[in-house]
Amino acid sequence: MKMTRLITRRRAIITGLASAGGLILTRYPKDLPPTYGNLLRMGDTLTYAAHRALLPRQSLVREYTPKDITSFPATGTTNPGVSAKTALGDAYRGLQSGAFGDWRLSVEGRVAKPRTFSLAELKKLTSRTQITRHTCEEGWTAIGQWTGVPLSLVLDAAGILPVARFVLFYSYDDWVDSIDLLDALHPQTILAYGMNGRDLPIPHGAPVRLRVERQLGYKSMKYLRRIVVADEFDDGGKKGNIQNGWAWYTGI
Amino acid sequence: MAEILGEPGRASGVPRHARWVRISHWIGTVSILTLAFSGFVILMAHPRLYWGDAGNDLTPALLELPISRNYEHRGWDQATPFFQDAASPVTANRTYDIFNQNGWGRSLHLLAAWCLVLPGVVYVLAGIFGGHFRSHIWPKANELTPRLVWRDVVDHLRFRIPPARCGPHYALLQKCAYSLVVFVAAPLMVVTGLAMSPAITAAFPLLLRLFGGFQSARTIHFFTFIALLLFVFVHVVMVIKSGFRRQIRAMTVGE
Repeated sequence: MKMTRLITRRRAIITGLASAGGLILTRYPKDLPPTYGNLLRMGDTLTYAAHRALLPRQSLVREYTPKDITSFPATGTTNPGVSAKTALGDAYRGLQSGAFGDWRLSVEGRVAKPRTFSLAELKKLTSRTQITRHTCEEGWTAIGQWTGVPLSLVLDAAGILPVARFVLFYSYDDWVDSIDLLDALHPQTILAYGMNGRDLPIPHGAPVRLRVERQLGYKSMKYLRRIVVADEFDDGGKKGNIQNGWAWYTGI
Repeated sequence: MAEILGEPGRASGVPRHARWVRISHWIGTVSILTLAFSGFVILMAHPRLYWGDAGNDLTPALLELPISRNYEHRGWDQATPFFQDAASPVTANRTYDIFNQNGWGRSLHLLAAWCLVLPGVVYVLAGIFGGHFRSHIWPKANELTPRLVWRDVVDHLRFRIPPARCGPHYALLQKCAYSLVVFVAAPLMVVTGLAMSPAITAAFPLLLRLFGGFQSARTIHFFTFIALLLFVFVHVVMVIKSGFRRQIRAMTVGE
């Protein structure tokens, strides 16, 4: 009773493995984060490559109404001026005493016109207000309203170059992290200076924090000071999240 | 087809587990145990469950699980309201470092999920097109009479477990349990898991509407895990009661 089957086990396994491998291999290696020979990082990369290959590129996260706004814990650093005994902490304390009038956001790297933005200059650009869900890696969620300027407008103003692949962020609590260009240019990726209708409070990242709505909360870096556009992946050295055991892509 | 005709020379002539079923079984075992372990690690960072879209330490919980001393440090600064009205949502600073080192738990969970879902898709396709589900797993209509179901329930409650047949001719409740795991619990775990992904729910907002929000999906994910844990417990007890060595041989070397 021999019959030819359309899907044999062996063929299905080979096809499955080939397509999974293809998701990774067909990407230009410099477009992928390093795995450091770590199996967990290789799994992260598989998830990242699968999301980028299979998901629609610019779909928007759900936006809520003002009555959906919930209580919102402030975790991690809640004031870099107090918790960081460093030059950055001292600098932040100085900025805070001047109501962030002297704060400047540096935009540099692969841009035609490297420059800085004051808070007033950011507020002059077209703003976007969105009520979204913050999804913490710990498992809790909170809904808040964010007002800010789309990162794409800031990058355009600095003349982002066609070679750009990643955008790095540096903070006053001394973290470095990055996102790829797809998330950087996403319409809901904003540099937020307002929360729930007021100035962004210090515990939530004053004067300006990032919002990356299609990833977990820790990618939305608080207390921004510097943005660097890069043409290949940069792990940020010892201050980088990926060097400290945290997945770089957290759209999961 | 060995799975139906049995091996020549086997005295009883009963069919044995097909090789692809045995391989699938152990891939599933390893990845499900890894998922359970890493899932528990993830849960320990925030052992509170909620319903709806949002839930955190400043909102009421549906259920709080006493599984993490680390989490019990608590300690929050004075809460400040966002708005003027009395019912305003609040914010508060967490005063302690959560000593949270579970970044690896999430990465391992997703890696194990890939290791379960990719072979799982092959298993389901092979089960459907190869007839394994129809002939062995799915209970037949004439078996599902109240009298037969009741008799099997009573037999199990009295621990009258027949010795292992070491092949895919399963008993009635066994078929029901396997069907629930393969066709209900496992897909529910995958879909509620996907409903917790901000990138995937941006692409497929239906996932959030289906379960009533992120936290509802997380809660359903947890209780389905508990159901699967119960299944694994009963499954192992039944394997032991019906002849552990013979069952293990049947599911490994296939005799």
